Amino acid sequence: MKDLLEHLRGHRLISVLAPLFKLLEALFDLFVPLVVADIINVGIGQGDSGYILSCCGILVALALVGLGCSVVAQYFAAKASVHCASGLRRTLFAHIQSLGFSEVDVIGGSTLITRMTSDINQVQNGLNMFLRLFMRSPFIVFGAAIMAFSLNRTVSVIFFLTIPVLFVIVFGLMAVTAPLYRRVQTGLDAVMGATRENLSGVRVVRAFAREREEQARFAGFHDTLTRLQLFVGRISALMNPLTYVAVNLAIIAILSLGARQVDGGLLLSGDVIALVNYMSQILIELVKLAQTVVLISRSLASLGRITTVLHTPVGMTYPAATAPAVSEAAVAFDQVHLTYAGAGGESLSGVSFTALPGQTVGVIGGTGSGKTSLVHLIPRFYDATEGAVTILGRPAADWAQADLRQAVGIVLQKAQLFAGTIRSNLLWGDKTAGDAALWEALEAAQAAEFVRAKPLGLDEPVEQGGRNLSGGQRQRLTIARALVRKPSILILDDSASALDFATDAALRKSLRALPWHPTVFIVSQRTSSLRHADRILVLDDGRLVGQGTHAQLLETCPVYREIHESQFEKGGAAG
Amino acid sequence: MKVSPALKDRALLRRVLGLVGPYWFFVASSLICAAVSVAAQLLVPILCGDAIDAMLGMGRVDFALVGRVAFAIALSTAIAAAAQWVLAACNNRIAFRVSRDLRLKAMAKLQRLPLAYLDRHPSGDLVSRMIADVDTFSDGLLLGFTQFFSGVLTIAGTLVLMARIHLGVTAVVVVLTPLSLFAAGFITRRTYRYFRDQTAIRGEQTALVEEQIQGQRVVQAFGHEEESLAAFDDVNDRLRDASVKAVFFSSLTNPVTRFVNSVVYAAVGLTGALLALGGGISVGQLSVFLSYANQYAKPFNEISGVVTELQNALACIQRVFDLLDAPDQIPDAAGAAVLEPDGRVKLENVSFSYVPERPLIEHFHLDVQPGQRIAIVGPTGCGKTTLINLLLRFYDVNDGAISAAGQDIRTVTRASLRKSYGMVLQDTWLRAGTIRENIAYGKPEATLEEITAAAQAAHAHSFIRRLPQGYDTVIAEDGGNLSQGQKQLLCIARVMLCLPPMLILDEATSSIDTRTEIKIQKAFAAMMEGRTSFIVAHRLSTIREADVILVMRDGKIIEQGDHRSLLAQGGFYAALYNSQFDTAP
Repeated sequence: MKDLLEHLRGHRLISVLAPLFKLLEALFDLFVPLVVADIINVGIGQGDSGYILSCCGILVALALVGLGCSVVAQYFAAKASVHCASGLRRTLFAHIQSLGFSEVDVIGGSTLITRMTSDINQVQNGLNMFLRLFMRSPFIVFGAAIMAFSLNRTVSVIFFLTIPVLFVIVFGLMAVTAPLYRRVQTGLDAVMGATRENLSGVRVVRAFAREREEQARFAGFHDTLTRLQLFVGRISALMNPLTYVAVNLAIIAILSLGARQVDGGLLLSGDVIALVNYMSQILIELVKLAQTVVLISRSLASLGRITTVLHTPVGMTYPAATAPAVSEAAVAFDQVHLTYAGAGGESLSGVSFTALPGQTVGVIGGTGSGKTSLVHLIPRFYDATEGAVTILGRPAADWAQADLRQAVGIVLQKAQLFAGTIRSNLLWGDKTAGDAALWEALEAAQAAEFVRAKPLGLDEPVEQGGRNLSGGQRQRLTIARALVRKPSILILDDSASALDFATDAALRKSLRALPWHPTVFIVSQRTSSLRHADRILVLDDGRLVGQGTHAQLLETCPVYREIHESQFEKGGAAG
Repeated sequence: MKVSPALKDRALLRRVLGLVGPYWFFVASSLICAAVSVAAQLLVPILCGDAIDAMLGMGRVDFALVGRVAFAIALSTAIAAAAQWVLAACNNRIAFRVSRDLRLKAMAKLQRLPLAYLDRHPSGDLVSRMIADVDTFSDGLLLGFTQFFSGVLTIAGTLVLMARIHLGVTAVVVVLTPLSLFAAGFITRRTYRYFRDQTAIRGEQTALVEEQIQGQRVVQAFGHEEESLAAFDDVNDRLRDASVKAVFFSSLTNPVTRFVNSVVYAAVGLTGALLALGGGISVGQLSVFLSYANQYAKPFNEISGVVTELQNALACIQRVFDLLDAPDQIPDAAGAAVLEPDGRVKLENVSFSYVPERPLIEHFHLDVQPGQRIAIVGPTGCGKTTLINLLLRFYDVNDGAISAAGQDIRTVTRASLRKSYGMVLQDTWLRAGTIRENIAYGKPEATLEEITAAAQAAHAHSFIRRLPQGYDTVIAEDGGNLSQGQKQLLCIARVMLCLPPMLILDEATSSIDTRTEIKIQKAFAAMMEGRTSFIVAHRLSTIREADVILVMRDGKIIEQGDHRSLLAQGGFYAALYNSQFDTAP
């Protein structure tokens, strides 16, 4: 809520004016029954056609002024709500950007996208309706009662009795049905899930000849849903009849009580009509109010989801300036343990090694053995839960953010490109890089050839996520992007998996020949990609079970030997 | 011959009526209730007018008449309210039941559709037909229908009741009211453009947000936040400007129609009051006119909304019908036998293509003896799954025949044919449910011991044990919370539990690291012992040991033989093999 108000602050004037103009419009609405009463009481009562004419003129004038107020109010409400949502969206986007990997892992990427899009739209709608109706509707409801009071105190008692009853009916039913509707939504999600699942798994379903069971399961989900829908439907269907009964009972009371007042000369028949009109206005506005409340409660839920993200603290802080180096090592791990947020067990357990500047370090191990976790600690995507990580001679936490990113270039497992051109993607590495530097990087990444073959070369468009490129091309471009930066430490996290052996070998060769001699980390599942590394780290279930050169490890590390032999078989088979 | 759209629509409408048919009782009740409720509701203003007319002034009030009228109002109110509730209950029942019927039919249909259909239609589209379209249809058509019906009744009833009081004032209402509709229509048409702009920019922004959030790691790794934020700001600002316009102009509809209605109200007040001066109508009747004038525009607005909704509903149900009308797969032959597999599979003169223009397999022969291993080899995307599609009869051959245990597979039941094969595909499908349910998918009655044994055989036991609830851990739809490798292990365990006499293995190790792969290969080897196996093979060791190697390229089987003979042939296989040899370390 506070976050929303903060964004409204910039539009304080219009967000106050919008409901105020709405109130003005409502005020003019409230005068209508009075004018009509005058037409009947004075105009018809005294046979004054001129008076009637001028009263009808007043009605049109009221409508016109009401229209004017309303248009102004709608404009202010639209402007305030859209601008506020827009600001909120920007704040959220900036905050998401600042979140660390740990936080994003916990919240989940697709959730963040929903927050950014549909949740914010929902907040915008809710705010808009709030500014327009939330003041107007209660104002009309109570205004009508006050008008009735001004017409006849005795009869107005009916209003003051009816309004609470109507409130209880409308909001009571809503309170009862709201949780039920949530259950209906859950039921619908289950039905949808079962449908999707059946489509994606059709081959398996049929291979196991489970068609009939799948149908029965689906029918089960759907019957639950239908039963719930019918149940909620019956309850919420009470809303219209009950409010109708309440209002009509009130009208009967107005007529009966009014008849007595008219007989006593305390009230004119035109006033009775006005009182009945006020009662009808109350009903109409109350229904609108109920709809607004539904909308607003939905928006509040969305706002709550947005706030959760906004209030997710940024877990990592960086010093303003990088501390001076205290040792020679390019990367040093000392008894490093890592447990991801919310995970049951450790992903890295007591890993220690030292890599010297210019060395090539291979990282190998089974699925989930902690290879990616290990290299993600180097650019400080995560902080070690225990132990010390030293980057270029300084503790990882002593690096200024920008400096660390400049020093460490990482190519992630998933080759992620961005809509734009090949050039715009490469410039991520270094905004100031000229064509020559880009080509140099492309050459080293074994990507120059296919880029050259593109009709527009560097300016070849890249679609969202790089859809228009093959997996291998994407991988090579992400490598080139990292090379453009010329980082002191270069990490390739299984980034050559889509490349064939020959290209992979050529890539490794060109990496060794890079003129600025970076320390290179290569994560791979192929021993062939690592055999020339200065040092190979062998991981098994988060533990470092061996380190050394290819030849040393073949001697000393059974895990490494096993991996190598499984692959050597391929080569051996060929020979 | 082309059917005229109107005629086609009539057929569509008949079919829609057919859906509602079983609930005719509720439909009839709903219509009756709508009529009753409209009539009772229309009566109330008239009764109020009567009551007003009974109050002529001080000392001139007919209390007996007011009492009778009050009673009549109470009665109409009770009737209207009861009818409203029954009406809503009936409509709910019809709507929810019809959607349920449709969805169950559609689900049954999905089970019978040929794979060819499902492969061609994106699953998102089918899901939206089954869920969203069915909802739109049942809401739009059924609720729209009753709204339309009550709307028409309200309009007709109001007209008749007004005309009975005074024709002149009625004419004023009739002539002026449509103005509000025109005004609303005018605004809608004008705002369409702004909405289109808004939608387009919003789409652009969603794409950007998706890309940036999915690529957040890269954004952070390259410290690209400022540039990303600038790009976001650009779209965000454009969206803001477009949205203000769209939101504002569309929100004009209500004030403008309200204004027009107020003018109508004033006109009715003027003509009515002037008439009342001359004694043409009573004050009570004037009040009737005024309240009708207030209500009269409402059914028009509703009906104009209903027309769009109805059109929408018909479009949606057409999409559902299209799905339901798609031809079924050829049913099992009458009296189809249950296959007793013995491991023999024979393909005789088989020809097959997905589309007639692109012949794939032509006059293909293959005779597989029990226990043999058939390796299918070829570059990625060469159509290795085609053969699997044929063996499991996901697709039927165009020509020739496939037989298992000497029986043409078209003469045995699909269920028995498919149960004779254990299948592990590269595309790992798991259902939302527990690990245990997933492993026991092909054998729901399996005991926990059997399930554990299968998981151990598949080397899945150790990671399952480490999960928070072990075998009872619930996995999300499509195994969301498991790694690709773990999903594959579960798929293997699923087959391990049933172990049919024949196997189809899409050497499902793509996402499993080498060490785990070795373990699985061992399990596979044990599993294949004595079983006829078709393996989409990537590993040379598998290929070399196969009894028959089928070499595929561009969807066609281009070479066939064992390792030695194929190498001797010096064809594509030899080239493929040597290329691997060249680059191997």
